Amino acid sequence: MLLRHELPRRVYDGFGRAAVGLSVFVRPHGVDELQLSLERAANEGLKVAFRGNGRSYGDAALNTGQLIVDMTAMDKVLSWDGETGVIEAEPGLTINQLWQHTLADGWWPPVVPGTSWPTLGGCVAMNIHGKNHYKLGGFGDHVLELDLLTPTGQRLLLSRESNAELFRGVLGGFGMLGCVTRVKMQLKRVHGGRLLVRQWALPTLSHQFDAWEHCQGEDYFVSWTDCLGFGSSQAGRSQMHSARYAQPDQDQEGAVTLHRDAQRLPGSLMGVPAPLVPLVLKVFYSHDLMVRFMNQAKYAASFYSSTAPFFQSHAGFHFLLDQMPGFREAYGAGGFIQFQPFVPREHAQQVFAEIIRVGLRRDLPSYLGVIKRYRPDDFLLSHALDGYSLALDFKVTASNRSALWQTCQELADLVLDAGGKFYPAKDLILRPDQFRRAFGQERITAFRELRKQVDPDRVLRTDLSVRLGIDEPG
Amino acid sequence: MFSKCIVIGASSGIGEQLVLQLAHPSRTVAAIARRKERLDQVADQARGPVLTYAHDVTDYDAAPELFEGIVEELGGVDLVIYCAGVMPSVDEGEYNWAKDRAMLEVNLLGAVRWLDLAAGQMEAQRSGTIVGISSVAGDRGRRGAPVYTASKAGFTAYLEALRNRCTRYGVDIVTVKPGPVRTSMTEGMKLPFMIDADQAAAGVLKLAEGGTGTGYVPKIWSPIMGIIQHVPSFIFRKTNV
Repeated sequence: MLLRHELPRRVYDGFGRAAVGLSVFVRPHGVDELQLSLERAANEGLKVAFRGNGRSYGDAALNTGQLIVDMTAMDKVLSWDGETGVIEAEPGLTINQLWQHTLADGWWPPVVPGTSWPTLGGCVAMNIHGKNHYKLGGFGDHVLELDLLTPTGQRLLLSRESNAELFRGVLGGFGMLGCVTRVKMQLKRVHGGRLLVRQWALPTLSHQFDAWEHCQGEDYFVSWTDCLGFGSSQAGRSQMHSARYAQPDQDQEGAVTLHRDAQRLPGSLMGVPAPLVPLVLKVFYSHDLMVRFMNQAKYAASFYSSTAPFFQSHAGFHFLLDQMPGFREAYGAGGFIQFQPFVPREHAQQVFAEIIRVGLRRDLPSYLGVIKRYRPDDFLLSHALDGYSLALDFKVTASNRSALWQTCQELADLVLDAGGKFYPAKDLILRPDQFRRAFGQERITAFRELRKQVDPDRVLRTDLSVRLGIDEPG
Repeated sequence: MFSKCIVIGASSGIGEQLVLQLAHPSRTVAAIARRKERLDQVADQARGPVLTYAHDVTDYDAAPELFEGIVEELGGVDLVIYCAGVMPSVDEGEYNWAKDRAMLEVNLLGAVRWLDLAAGQMEAQRSGTIVGISSVAGDRGRRGAPVYTASKAGFTAYLEALRNRCTRYGVDIVTVKPGPVRTSMTEGMKLPFMIDADQAAAGVLKLAEGGTGTGYVPKIWSPIMGIIQHVPSFIFRKTNV
């Protein structure tokens, strides 16, 4: 019996719930089992995608009608050195499991996203970033070695010295070059379990960009941006957050707060008990006007509150999404998309202002805007550049879907005209021609060459890779 | 409203009538049953395109490939009706594994096999209607038909669970509980409020068009079963129902 008829099926969705796909799936517990599944799939022409914890917003971990290899059962820590901060782990280990394992020894992952639930394999495949890319780069900058299993059954050791081209390609290669089976990475030494955080409000986008000039002095820097406001002059106002690792002399409780209990997330958010947050958000997200009020309250709260630094746990500062379990349900049945353009420094302010303006003008405002800063890196399909990203959440409904896609594709052209890029973990709208412009024909050709080496029969496939035309000539 | 339909158990009884009533030039119906000749006779009488497939619902391993093939042939699917069912007569005092197993396999396991496939497909496409032909018999465990009533009670509970799982994704799940219907299954039996298969099929389609929910065919069974369901067990076991 064929694998595609024998295996259990499952309806998978992206984190934004706007993309779904039915697949057969396997959940291997080790490399040999994984390899066997790959071989059997390849033999019968079944296409394969690797999936971690499904935190990509769009269609990156979907494989409609084909095989999903669920990597979450391979989640062991293989080795940990509390002296040097070097960890080796299987790809299904989550960021959450990782820091729980290492923080007590004084080590924190140098790059973490806004949720602790992605797996290391997913972090590698997307070369994810955090609120400190301008300072420490992306996840890949801290990876020392990878083991890669290719669809042809080769097991390769990748690093900056060995198979360096593949190493550059796998980081950010969204799983199209094989399955990562071991990640070895360097963590960051921290003296305590807390950050010194500062929060302040700024009235316009241009104030924000002035503030961003000083980000280099901070360990983390991020700004929430109101994309609605009452009247167009208010759109672009922000709540800024900066944070520094507390030094031993600044935090007497540093050693105590390294304990995982001190990292426990607060049980409520702005006074709302955590389990109710999605319900409350759902009410606010039901109409633009409600979001205007919510943003107004958020801005006002930060405008009138003290700008004095305060302590916050690492987990509390980074993992806002984890404080709202069920957050992704808040946008209703149609889900949402995240649209995250990356724009070179010199054009960022102008392009972001235009994006917010277009959203308002077309009655397709983003309910959330987050700006972050980046530095360029050398990974093959890197989304990083010397510039900024603006992450936007758009609610998707049956009636706005086509207009929203149309608008985002137009905005993407605007971004590409300014030399911008996109990030596959957040994408659901790019066309193949836009993907080519974002990453450059030369790099895409190099990526395809790598694919020919490790996956000559094109066994690997995701809904994303099909949509972006990864294997299509042109 | 439906244009791509699959009827499982389509060669006789309610299934045959469903195919005939669904058949329309603007709609393609895929009819599945064990007996291909019977199916082809049904297709010949139909007023619209009917594709026929010979398949035994207890051949569980064959179902996924067949389902996928049919969906491809139809170019999608928006209605799946499972009405395969068997009810061999079981005498007073008879405990017959062969008969009991056949009822569970056809009435329940076959249904789960096919409707799991349909539900996955429809949940992913965010639309579609699934209709399960259960029975009034599933509402109580009857002394005259222990395993038949168990298979239908199981089917009813399964459909309810599917409804709770899939309605939020735009999939309608319809449970139909017919009373006795004049078919080969009930040949020679004298049962209350008996209707013909074409009447039953019309009732099923009306419920299917009405969307998610549960309904009796004919409707008279709704108040009757409402009462019967509430008869205390210590009384119910003294009756001959």
